[in-house]
Amino acid sequence: MRYTILMHYSEETGESIGEETIAAGREAFAAYTAALEQAGVLIGAEVLAPSELTTTLRMVDGELRVQDGPFADTKEQLGGTVVIDVPDLDAAIEWARQAPPIHWGAVEVRPGATHTVEGVWTPNR
Amino acid sequence: MTRSGAWAAAEHAARASRARLVALLASNSGDLALAEDAVGAAFEQALVVWPERGVPANPDGWLLTVARNRQRDVWKSAAHRTAAPLEQVPDNVGSVATLDEVDPDAIPDRRLALLFVCAHPAIAESARTPLMLQAVLGFDAAQVASVFAVSSSAMAGRLVRAKRRIRDARIPFVVPDRTVMPERLPAVLEAVYGCFTIARGPGVTPMASESLYLATVLAESVDEPEAWGLASLIALSLSRAGATGADFVPLDEQDPASWDAELAERGERMLRRASAGGRIGRFQLEAAMQAVHAARRHTGVTDWPALDTLSRALVHTAPTLGSRVARAAIADRVDGPEAGLDVLDAVARDHPAATSYQPFHAVRADLLARAGRTADARAAFDRAAELATDDAVRAWLRNRSP
Repeated sequence: MRYTILMHYSEETGESIGEETIAAGREAFAAYTAALEQAGVLIGAEVLAPSELTTTLRMVDGELRVQDGPFADTKEQLGGTVVIDVPDLDAAIEWARQAPPIHWGAVEVRPGATHTVEGVWTPNR
Repeated sequence: MTRSGAWAAAEHAARASRARLVALLASNSGDLALAEDAVGAAFEQALVVWPERGVPANPDGWLLTVARNRQRDVWKSAAHRTAAPLEQVPDNVGSVATLDEVDPDAIPDRRLALLFVCAHPAIAESARTPLMLQAVLGFDAAQVASVFAVSSSAMAGRLVRAKRRIRDARIPFVVPDRTVMPERLPAVLEAVYGCFTIARGPGVTPMASESLYLATVLAESVDEPEAWGLASLIALSLSRAGATGADFVPLDEQDPASWDAELAERGERMLRRASAGGRIGRFQLEAAMQAVHAARRHTGVTDWPALDTLSRALVHTAPTLGSRVARAAIADRVDGPEAGLDVLDAVARDHPAATSYQPFHAVRADLLARAGRTADARAAFDRAAELATDDAVRAWLRNRSP
């Protein structure tokens, strides 16, 4: 069963919290994904660029509106995702609690409903 | 055995058997709602078939087979209507083989795992106790709704959402191992305690006695001090449930001869078992306070200083509104009504919810009356009576008002 670990945290830079802290975070992420890979549960992981680089699109009255900035302008932003394949929610929670952002944000774990395999939608199981 | 005793025993056996079957089917499929439906249908069929052909040699095995077939029929029809390609097809068809291997003579007991599923951290706290009452104890949504004072449809919705979550987020039917047990057990104890408190009224209700059974099963299985403490607390409280019949009788004025001595002794044994674990906790302290009251059946007096010590420890461990209000009543007995009223003033400052908490006003009314503040006492008795959910309690409060 696939679960996506969604990591939400307030966006910091080297200037705001120091380069060492950023480097330590990067190391923690490297160790985390190495452990996931070693356990054979990692499908994929991605850390997103800051939300100031994001662009949001909507159709309003049949017209495309393109806007700079995130969909929801909140202090804590979706900062990255990790997709894992594990037997059940307890196993997913066990991995989610080890996600480094748990120390500086919130970690959400959500089952997948369906995903593509070679371009074909396949139910999660 | 009396007729009503026999009926209660039969009802208990049916509940226990139902819970075992539901737990087993659900732990294989992850689908609690389907397991409940299948087992419910099997029981219905038994009511038709058994009177005609006699009770089978292995009733549980018979019920399991019928329920299993029912479940399989649902899966088959679900597999046939794969209309929406994106809709999730239940993948539990594969577990049919596992179920076929189950020897009906040796049905494994997965009820404990089911308890942990009901009180899983991923289940909304407000759904945990209702889920236990329904899935493990077999009360229907309407009965559960009435004790929670919500509408049947609201409760049904809450239960359906919780079960969908168990199935779709795949909450596993397992008893947590030793490493996770300490963080998972408190929620289970809390929910079982919830089953008991909401059912606690005058007399012994089926829900209250079933919650003792749940707590006992839990304590025997996990063998943790607080689990024994909870079972002891429920046994000791229930031992006095028969003392109030149609009329409410406060604890102090109850005749110990009206208590269930056997149940009280059982509670005391469980408390000793709990304290052997060497780790004190909230439920053990509450049970110990109940044991002090129960001891009056031997000594004829209530040991208020002992209750004072225990209630201080309880407030320190679990500074809940309930424990602090109980502390006020005890402070009164040890140091007089003004001491008790001081405690209540502090409670009111810390807990805004106290204004609508019935025991707060009931205790305050009693203390004000003892302190000779008649007008204030009268107002407090009125407020307590207003908030009382039980008619007998309301009548008693109105009667007691100076």
